[in-house]
Amino acid sequence: MRFVDEYRDPVRARALADRIAAVLRRPWTLMEVCGGQTHTLVREGIDEVLPAAVELVHGPGCPVCVTPVEVIEAACRIAAEPGVTLCSFGDMLRVPGRDRDLQQVRAAGGDVRVVYSPLDAVGIASAEPSRTVVCFAVGFETTAPATALSLLEARRRGLSNYLVLSAHVRVPPALEVILGAPDNRVQGLLAPGHVCTVQGGAEYAPIVARHRVPIVITGFEPVDLLEGILACVTQLEEGRAELENRYRRSVRPEGNPVARAALAEVFEPVDRRWRGLGTLPLGGLGLRDAWRAYDAEARFGPVPEGTDDGRCRAGLVLAGRLRPDACPEFGTGCRPEHPLGAPMVSTEGACAAYWHAGRPRRPGPGDVAGPVPEAASR
Amino acid sequence: MCLGVPGRVVAVTDDGMRSGSVDFGGVRRTVCLACTPDAGCGDWVIVHAGVAIARLDEAEATERLALLDAMLGGADAPAAPSAAPGPGD
Amino acid sequence: MTGPLPEPTGVAAPMEGPIDVSPSCPVPLAPGGLVQLGHGGGGRLTAQLVGRLVPRFGDPELARLADAATLEVPAGRLAFTTDAFVVQPLAFPGGDIGSLAVYGTVNDLAMMGARPLALAAAFIIEEGLDLAVLDGVAVSMAEACRRAGVRLVAGDTKVVERGAADGIYVTTSGIGCIPPGVEVGPERARPGDVVLCSGPIGVHGIAVLSRRAGMAFDVDTCSDAAPLHELVTAGLAAGEIHALRDPTRGGLAAVLNELAGASGVSITVEEEALVVPGPVAAACEMLGLDPLSVAGEGCCVALVHPDSADAVLDAWRAQPVGAQAARIGEVGEGPATVRLRTRLGAHRPVLVPTGELLPRIC
Repeated sequence: MRFVDEYRDPVRARALADRIAAVLRRPWTLMEVCGGQTHTLVREGIDEVLPAAVELVHGPGCPVCVTPVEVIEAACRIAAEPGVTLCSFGDMLRVPGRDRDLQQVRAAGGDVRVVYSPLDAVGIASAEPSRTVVCFAVGFETTAPATALSLLEARRRGLSNYLVLSAHVRVPPALEVILGAPDNRVQGLLAPGHVCTVQGGAEYAPIVARHRVPIVITGFEPVDLLEGILACVTQLEEGRAELENRYRRSVRPEGNPVARAALAEVFEPVDRRWRGLGTLPLGGLGLRDAWRAYDAEARFGPVPEGTDDGRCRAGLVLAGRLRPDACPEFGTGCRPEHPLGAPMVSTEGACAAYWHAGRPRRPGPGDVAGPVPEAASR
Repeated sequence: MCLGVPGRVVAVTDDGMRSGSVDFGGVRRTVCLACTPDAGCGDWVIVHAGVAIARLDEAEATERLALLDAMLGGADAPAAPSAAPGPGD
Repeated sequence: MTGPLPEPTGVAAPMEGPIDVSPSCPVPLAPGGLVQLGHGGGGRLTAQLVGRLVPRFGDPELARLADAATLEVPAGRLAFTTDAFVVQPLAFPGGDIGSLAVYGTVNDLAMMGARPLALAAAFIIEEGLDLAVLDGVAVSMAEACRRAGVRLVAGDTKVVERGAADGIYVTTSGIGCIPPGVEVGPERARPGDVVLCSGPIGVHGIAVLSRRAGMAFDVDTCSDAAPLHELVTAGLAAGEIHALRDPTRGGLAAVLNELAGASGVSITVEEEALVVPGPVAAACEMLGLDPLSVAGEGCCVALVHPDSADAVLDAWRAQPVGAQAARIGEVGEGPATVRLRTRLGAHRPVLVPTGELLPRIC
């Protein structure tokens, strides 16, 4: 595949890894923010070719992972309603809610359908006017435009049976929380290339300035990731902290103005709880009042308050303070067949990524010892 | 997150929302092109969740790759990418 | 639910005699366009239904409509298998549930080194299924039997109420005879064996997925469903094959783990050596699927003695379904694990897929 294979070329990848080794003078800890980047790192075994002095900590970049229990529970409740068709991305089907997931709701008779795009959900609403179609809108700013377009399209077609349950989240507030934590270990960030394709770089420059941390906008293929790591490490070695774009074939400084305009018309930043990280101020996107008629929470009731399950250490994993294979539950109480939390469910969750790469359980530099801290806002 | 895949626009329609058929290495799907008004037939786009979120800058990509190869010391050019041949190819 | 099916070319059941009128119900029992519950009642409607299906196969034993088929079988060991087919949609590029049922059963037998002899098939049909669809499935099965050189000698039909079966379910049983001296089984792999794959992987699964409601993508690929027994026979004649398996549900990842587990060996495959057709790779990219987890229905893996590997490979490549046969890996000492050596030269384990293929979006 063109524009994919070139960036998977092993010769280029190994040459980049050698360059990184040549540039390194001391160890550095970087965080790749996006679950898609984690997936590639683990699938290709990039950490096996990276010098050991570069530590990659997995960030909270998995919208599936950070969807809190009470939101999944709300989706399950809505999906179980007669006459409702809940449309969801495939990744969400096995994420555990309180005591059930959407797959179980479907087995019990709920009309849960996997869609590839929110626009497919609009198609279902249009084709089946007797159904109330609810789009379970999960994702970062990359996915939110698709949801926004689906609503614009639903309005254009005059549909009255299409609703959105918005669980969209925004990346920058999460980065603030992570970098602002007193025990933060992350020294450089690989920013999510497709989020930035939509949003551009404007929101990241203030983070660079405030925390004096290099942020490199990075793509998703092995060559992209290694280029991003090389750029980040080079900055760190040279004592610089700048916003850099290493995914120029997709990311422009201003992002995608049309997509951003659609977002602005439909959504506004709202406070949002992230699983394991507490409530992040303006950490989510909610439907504007003007779109109340399409808001699933207006129709079925607001999502209730929630707190985290004590056994799952997703919060520590998502904040980069616990490596998945260092969690006491990893591989024992928590496996893909019976996940305690979302990072083990989604193929991009840090824990699932480690599981599928067959990491044995062993302690590492990122280990947090002792009892699980009380989940609370930070 | 953000499974964004590059594809080539092969047809464009507009029935109120600009959309088109995008070819991903032999797989074609209808994609919303509303966010890439400058992407026409033959252009490459990055597609996520059924929506093209960017027109892929081919010139930029080619130039960047050449710069990268030069920087890496480009003794032998890396092998040209090719998909394994198979039925239907 | 269905796509285009091949035009019926077999002989339709002749409707002879006066129109039947039952004294307890004055409506004539004329065949409508849809399967009705009455077609499963064992009476005239059932006979009509069976009468539509049987002639398509042209098999004298089947046409006897006895309670069981009787066959002459060669002396020696028999291979005996059963399978169920519930594919959705019923028809997909390159085949349908009927052809899939035949090839799937034949291939189960072939994986034991057996020459397929005969099949039996039971159909559980949903009330409301278009009779033309049923005809199409029968035609497809008959054609697949001819292509595979196997007979359908026994069958059964049942009809269940609307909603109780997705159109049609097909269950099969198959018998085959294993030539003397052939010893093939999943537990027979040994360290040092070579792993061969007879062709491209993941083709069937993508072809089917492309037609599933909610996916809706066009892909330049047809299901690879095909009979493999001649390929297997050629391979067995050429060298020492220890184990055979076809990667259907769960794909290559599942079968390699099964083989490793049964034999207590480790298996390493080379990512670069796997043959993944462009459209399959592209579809997997788009949906976020791993090609190793996607079903194929026209390829198999063999674990062969290292001295035989080249000869078996040559024999396979001479067969139409084996044109792209390749050496994909090797068998090592236990414990039973499966690893992939990536493009970058790193290793990652290949785990058994957890369940339903859920396309990723994020």
